[in-house]
Amino acid sequence: MQTAVENTSPELTKKDFVSDQAVRWCPGCGDYMILAMMQKAFAQMDNAKENFLSVSGIGCSSRITYYLDTYGVHSIHGRAIAVATGAKLANPDLNVWVFTGDGDCMAIGGNHFIHACRRNADLNIIIFNNKIYGMTKGQSSPTTPEGLKTKTAPEGSHENPFNIGEVAIGAGATFFARVPDNNPKLLEDIMMQAYQHKGTSVIEVLQNCVIFTDGIHEQITGRETKDDNQVLLQHGKPMIFGKEQNIGLKLNGMRLEKFTFDNGTDGSLIHDEEEKDPAMHLALTRMQLPEHPVAMGVIRKVDAQNYSENIHRVIEAEKKKSSFKNVKDLFKSGNTWEIT
Amino acid sequence: MTENILTPEMRKVVVRFSGDSGDGMQLTGDMFSQSSGIAGNDLTTIPDFPAEIRAPQGTIGGVSSFQIQIGGTEIYTPGDSVDVLVAMNPAALAANLPILKPGGTIIADVDAFTSKNLKKADYDSNPLEDGSLDEFHVILAPATSLTKEALKHLGLDMQAMTRSKNMFALGVVLYMFSRPLENTIRFIENKFGHKPLLVEANKHAIEAGYNFAESTEVFGRAIVIPPARLPKGTYRNIDGNTAIAWGLLAAAENSGKKLSLSSYPITPASEILHELSARKDMGAIVFQAEDEIAAVCAAIGAAFSGNLSATTTSGPGASLKSEAIGLAVIAELPLVIVNVQRAGPSTGLPTKTEQSDLNQALYGRHGDAPIVVMAASSPDDCFYYSYEAARIAIEHVTPVILLSDTYLASGTSPWRLPENGDLEDIKIPKFEEDSEEWEPFMRDPEYLNRYWMSPGDKGFEHRNGGLEKKENTGNLTYEPLNHEKMTKIRAEKIERIAKRLPGLKVTGSQSGKLLVVGWGSTFGSINTAVTELIEEGEEQVGFVHFNYINPLPENTGEVLEKFDKILVCELNNGQFVNYLRTKFPGYQYLQFNKIQGQPFFTSEIKAEIINTLSK
Repeated sequence: MQTAVENTSPELTKKDFVSDQAVRWCPGCGDYMILAMMQKAFAQMDNAKENFLSVSGIGCSSRITYYLDTYGVHSIHGRAIAVATGAKLANPDLNVWVFTGDGDCMAIGGNHFIHACRRNADLNIIIFNNKIYGMTKGQSSPTTPEGLKTKTAPEGSHENPFNIGEVAIGAGATFFARVPDNNPKLLEDIMMQAYQHKGTSVIEVLQNCVIFTDGIHEQITGRETKDDNQVLLQHGKPMIFGKEQNIGLKLNGMRLEKFTFDNGTDGSLIHDEEEKDPAMHLALTRMQLPEHPVAMGVIRKVDAQNYSENIHRVIEAEKKKSSFKNVKDLFKSGNTWEIT
Repeated sequence: MTENILTPEMRKVVVRFSGDSGDGMQLTGDMFSQSSGIAGNDLTTIPDFPAEIRAPQGTIGGVSSFQIQIGGTEIYTPGDSVDVLVAMNPAALAANLPILKPGGTIIADVDAFTSKNLKKADYDSNPLEDGSLDEFHVILAPATSLTKEALKHLGLDMQAMTRSKNMFALGVVLYMFSRPLENTIRFIENKFGHKPLLVEANKHAIEAGYNFAESTEVFGRAIVIPPARLPKGTYRNIDGNTAIAWGLLAAAENSGKKLSLSSYPITPASEILHELSARKDMGAIVFQAEDEIAAVCAAIGAAFSGNLSATTTSGPGASLKSEAIGLAVIAELPLVIVNVQRAGPSTGLPTKTEQSDLNQALYGRHGDAPIVVMAASSPDDCFYYSYEAARIAIEHVTPVILLSDTYLASGTSPWRLPENGDLEDIKIPKFEEDSEEWEPFMRDPEYLNRYWMSPGDKGFEHRNGGLEKKENTGNLTYEPLNHEKMTKIRAEKIERIAKRLPGLKVTGSQSGKLLVVGWGSTFGSINTAVTELIEEGEEQVGFVHFNYINPLPENTGEVLEKFDKILVCELNNGQFVNYLRTKFPGYQYLQFNKIQGQPFFTSEIKAEIINTLSK
């Protein structure tokens, strides 16, 4: 039997989640920040250490399971979410984290991703989005922007990329957040919010690959440009941004539009992450430069049925109703006869 | 007229119930099976129904049949050909006449032989009247009209009354084999107790059929198939898929583990998924995944998390799962993969039986990835081999492939319920000492399995996955010699399981001219053929059957070497025979292959053996 033994273990610290394996990402890789914040966030979570499970697929991102001192599965390409789903259903007391990349999750693992969003089992999925295949050395991924030159699109990509949040919310995700890899405080805060959310939480990290797409997010995340090009969404607060905090968002017909104001917030939209209708969340997710700032923070967080909880509730109810105490009772049910 | 083959002295008989898909032939056959079990007969059944969910009514394509062989001796097959055919319409007659023995009996619902129905079955004239059935004994039973008559006082509509005509036919057959009605009526009450009117209708229809047979004296002599000498115990009829589901439940209970099943629907394996979905009352955690790959990967997640974990599929699904099975091999996780085989390749004949996924089970992975492969050989022993697959997976911390097939999945045979002590205990290979002393790839010195530590086990946090591991510690490494060593350890681990497997037992001659070899679902027909030849005085033939394919039982070589020739019979183009040729070269192997989507007939095997002996 696996049961959660909560609050009986001594206080955990970040160090408890640092494994003895040497970290082998390229110097300057955005993954280091995600690892550090994950270890920090893990230490704050209300679970016994033996109930943490990290699951990853294949790619640079997926190496992270070796660096986290928890139970971990480094699975196969694209399948981390499927492995994690099986684990969570098997033992609902586990605190399950999936680490994946834009290639692993949105291409080869795309089917598992949309079904995880639909099912809403209590999983946390962190997608390291660097818009390229790193470990296989520079091929286009499903999030590679049009025009970007890659090994498989030497004249520039001419495919339409996925917007991860749009796919997630379109598939029914109940929690979607976006965060740049150079904002540790926001990263940690979102990890904790995902942990508290009952259901599948999807976190897209705009992660910089120093080798193949160095600077790909620079316009959004750069020190000089981030204030004008990001809008940090906060539940119940107006959507305002800009160095002077004087640009807001409003609706013009069916479209979001930015506007500058002089006083107060002048009718800027108020963010409601809990709105069940996904229309506005999708619109916020889709915002792109240069027309709009890129939305950061928790875009969507709604209560909904949670598959991993549901399945065990149904099992308990059926067990209670059943007259079978063990397999013998089952075998003897129905029509049997005796040979003497 | 040919002499009636039904005699009071007969020791076994084959009955085939056949009608339109909507005529309830499967239920009728099921009830006759129950009645036969209670009478102490041994039996084997096989359904045969259209692949279409709603085939056109009255046509040959829409015929649904249920065949049963019952006996006062041990019965291992549903029979090659039929002694008694129940034909509820002309199409059922036309479809099954080729397998009715000369001198056999036809019970025909004359009411259904209308010109419209005759036309749908491509009859130019009514075979019940034109003399074309002269070599058979035909019983003209007005099932539809007499059923209506018997039920008219119940106030049912016409359709509901007509629907009970299958019970009329059952009543006729029950009388024919001198069966008391009480047991069957009790079955009806159990099954339809919540619908009293339906119970009444079925009871009256059965009685009407029974009385019709009695009063018209259509059968000269009553037939009593004597009880077979079966081991004492409580029995029930079971099909192969249910037996596999229940084997997993029993293994979960005996190991103290929760059962996780992660599967994707596929013919002919889906019923395992259905049965366990209905077994939430036994705590089964069932996940219908979005695809075959998700199913096996979720099963791996559940195995890592410490549950008894299984995934069920058929050939095409097994192909999709192969990469992930490789992960389970290198991660050394306990996992049961059930492949209920169907005729391939690709979509092939999806509703027909074949044993052609053996090579896939043995070799269908990249890298050197040996795995345990075993095969069940009857609907009821699917229970035992499913339990054994789970036991081996857990105790040796390895993936195990269990092969079944369409024939076992849908056929039934009587199953003696296991009693205390019948099933071997399942010991969980936990590391019992302090976690400080433990490494993720430490091994049991005797069997080389690693220990199965999982989330929830405090102090045993570790990472596992698809990359090669350093011996013992499980840390990642590309060291050349380590990879070679780990590859050999993984192979040796599987080989050592042979030490715990039961040895092969030879039926018939223990040495001599010819050893007949089978594996998996063909046991019934081969065993019957060899046993009949031995009874007929053949002294030079032995028979051995394999349920464990990898590793092979330890005495395999000893058995093979005692015979001049080895005839391997299988439902594929020669996969097991080639495996034996590789493992035990130097013997004279012959092969008998049938690749028609159909099981072996006993008569085919017999003819092949006689033919081989005469060469």
